[in-house]
Amino acid sequence: MIIRVGHLYPEYLNIYADRGNIAVFSHRAAARGHELAIDQVSVGTPLEPGTHDLLYVGGGQDREQTLIAPDLAGRGSALREAVDGGAALLAVCGGYQLLGRGYRGRNGSWLAGAGLFPHETHAGETRMIGDVLLESTLAEAPGRTIAGFENHAGRTVLDDGAEPLGRVVAGYGNDGRSGHEGCRVGRAVGTYLHGPLLPRNPWLADLLLSWALAHATGSEPEPLAPLDDRLEREAQLVSASRARERGGRPAR
Amino acid sequence: MTARLRAETAAAHAVARLSRWARRGGGTTLPGKLVWKLDPGALDALANALPHGVVLVSATNGKTTTTAMASAILSPTRRLAWNNSGANLASGVASTLLLARDAELGLLEVDEFALPEVSRRTDPHVICLGNLFRDQLDRYGELEHVAERWRAAVSELPASTTAAVNADDPLVAVLADGRERAIRFGVDDLSAARSGLQHASDSKYCVRCGRPYRYNAVYVGHLGDYRCDGCGHARPPLDVAAREIASHGLDGISFTLHTHRGSAPVRLSLPGLYNVYNALAASALCLALDVPLEDVVTGLERFRAAFGRFERFAAGDRTVLLLLVKNPAGANEVLRTLEEDALPPVIVVALNDRIADGRDVSWIWDVDFEPLLARAETIVATGERAAELALRFTYGGLPVERLEVVPALEAALDRGLALTPSGGELVVLPTYTAMLALRAIATERGLTRPYWEWSTVT
Repeated sequence: MIIRVGHLYPEYLNIYADRGNIAVFSHRAAARGHELAIDQVSVGTPLEPGTHDLLYVGGGQDREQTLIAPDLAGRGSALREAVDGGAALLAVCGGYQLLGRGYRGRNGSWLAGAGLFPHETHAGETRMIGDVLLESTLAEAPGRTIAGFENHAGRTVLDDGAEPLGRVVAGYGNDGRSGHEGCRVGRAVGTYLHGPLLPRNPWLADLLLSWALAHATGSEPEPLAPLDDRLEREAQLVSASRARERGGRPAR
Repeated sequence: MTARLRAETAAAHAVARLSRWARRGGGTTLPGKLVWKLDPGALDALANALPHGVVLVSATNGKTTTTAMASAILSPTRRLAWNNSGANLASGVASTLLLARDAELGLLEVDEFALPEVSRRTDPHVICLGNLFRDQLDRYGELEHVAERWRAAVSELPASTTAAVNADDPLVAVLADGRERAIRFGVDDLSAARSGLQHASDSKYCVRCGRPYRYNAVYVGHLGDYRCDGCGHARPPLDVAAREIASHGLDGISFTLHTHRGSAPVRLSLPGLYNVYNALAASALCLALDVPLEDVVTGLERFRAAFGRFERFAAGDRTVLLLLVKNPAGANEVLRTLEEDALPPVIVVALNDRIADGRDVSWIWDVDFEPLLARAETIVATGERAAELALRFTYGGLPVERLEVVPALEAALDRGLALTPSGGELVVLPTYTAMLALRAIATERGLTRPYWEWSTVT
C-alpha cells in the first residue's frame, strides 16, 4: 500500500529533528510492506483535501514560523476538510500552536492560526523547557505512556470539552496548569513533545499509521503487526526517568 | 590593584590549590564562582588591571579552538591570561583573570549567552565573533534570541573596539555594519564549496527582508557567499580570506591566507574546512592587535588541537582518535572530514544529556550520519542516552547486526578497541561530558594527560 504523506513546510519547520518523525513513519510502514510517498507542501503549494492519508507539520524557530504562518492560516478549511474526511495528522510544537485559532504575543499582537485544533495560545514570560512524561487519554490507547522533551514559551489553552492527547505525569504540558498535554481532533494529534516524538513512542507512530492506512483503503483502522521494539522501549524508559527526575515542575 | 582585589586574588589561588588537591578538577572555575558571587565588579577591575586589556572570542562552534590558535600566535610575544580549560562563563573568565600572574593581555573564550555580560564588564579591544548555529535549544533558546543579545552587546561597545566578524555568516556579519573598526573574514574558494545547503541549515533567509538567500558558494552549514535577490543584502567584501584550500584528510588542511598586509601559505595540522574558519578568526583577531603576518602563520602552524577536539593517543598497538561533537553543524563537519579520509572500520559514538551536552538530545537527528551508517563496519552506541543514539542509527538505516549498544563509556571504549584491528585506529565521537569522562578514563590509564596540563602548541 502507498501511504500518501503531505509534509508541510519542511524547509522552514524542522527545528526539533522533525525528520526523525518522518523516518519512523517510513521505516515502520516499510516493515509492514507499505511505502510512504512524501509530498513537500511549501508556501503557495496547493493542498487538495483527500489527496493525503497523513499530514505532518513540524516546529520552527520564531522567525521561520512567522514566515509561513500566513500561508498556513489560509489552509484552515482545507485542513479541516482533510481531517473530517479521515486523514491522519501529526503536528509538533510550533505546528501544533499554528494549527489552533492563533497566538497572542506578549505585546498583544495576534498571529492567526489555521483553526483546526480548538485552542488558543498566548506567550508566557518564561519558556517551559524540559523532559516530559504523559499518559495517553486517547480512547484507542488509554494510559499508554509518551515520553519527550518540551521547549515552548506559548501557553496553549484548550476550549472546554476539547480532547487532550494525554495527562501530564511529569513536566509542564500545554500551559503548566491544566495537567493536559496536546490536543486531538478526529485523527489529528497535536503536541509540544519532540525529541523527536516518535522514535521512543512507537505505539503512537503505529496508531497514526493505522489511521493513515484506513484513510488510504477506505476501511476501519486495524492494529499493525508488532515489531521488535526493545531499543524503543529502553529509550522511552530513560526519557521517562529523566522527566520524573528533572522535568518541569509546574505551579499547580 | 586595590586591596580588596589583592585579597580576592590571594584567596583565589588558595581555593584553586585546594580544589586540585581535593581532586575536584583543575581548579578552573571554583575561585571565579566564589568571587563572582561575592563581588561581580571584580571582573571589571581585573580586566582593567591588564596593561593590554582583553580580547573576547565567541561562536557556537570553534570558540575554544579559535582562542587556542590565537594563543599559539600571541604567547611568544605577550603574557596571556587565557581560559584554556574551557571555563567560559563569567565565573570562569573571572577565575582566569584572578589566577593569571603578571599577565599583559586577557585572551578569553566566552560562552555565547555570557558574552553580553562579559563584554560590558571587560571593555574588550577586539571582539571576535565566529558563527551562530542552532545549539542546545534547551539552554540557549532560539538562534535569533542569541543574535539579538549579541546585537545589543556589540552596539554598546565603544568605537575603539575592533569587531572581527565572520562575513560568511549573515547573522554575524551584520554585527560589524557601521562600525568604525572592523575586520571581516571569510572563505573565498569555489573549489571548496559544497553542493548545497545541508538539512537543518540555519539563517538561510535574508536577515533584512526574509527571502531565501541565493548562495554563490556554501562552505560550512549556512556559511558561505550569499546574496538576497530581493533587497540586495550580500556578503560584505573580505579583509581576511582563505583561498587555494587543499585538504590532506585527517592529517590537516592548507590554504593561502590573504590579508590587507599581504598573503602567505598556511598548513594546519588539524583537518576540516571548519578549522580554516577557526584559523581565519584567530588571524583576524591577531591582525587587529597588530601582530605581523609571519607571526600569525608561525603560530597557526605550530598549533595542535585543544583537548578532546581532535586528540589522538595510543592504546597498546592501536590508536584512539577523539573528536568532540556537540551540535549538528559541528558534528556534520567532523563526519565530513572522516568521510574524506579512509573511514575507520569501527566508530564509537557517545551521547550524554547533561547541561553541558544539552538535555534535549533531538539534535542527533539533525546530524547527517547517513553516509557513516552506510559505510562503517560496526558502530558502538554509548553514553547515558545510548538507546536514543541506537534508534537514530537504526532508523537511519544501520542494520542491527552492525550496531552494538554499550551504555557504559569505559566498556564501550574497550569494546571499540577490541573490534579495531591491531595497528588500526578507533574513532570516538563523544559529546562534551562524555569526552571529559573518556579523557578521565584515558588519563587514569596513562594514555593522555589531564586537561589542565594540556598544551596546544608543538
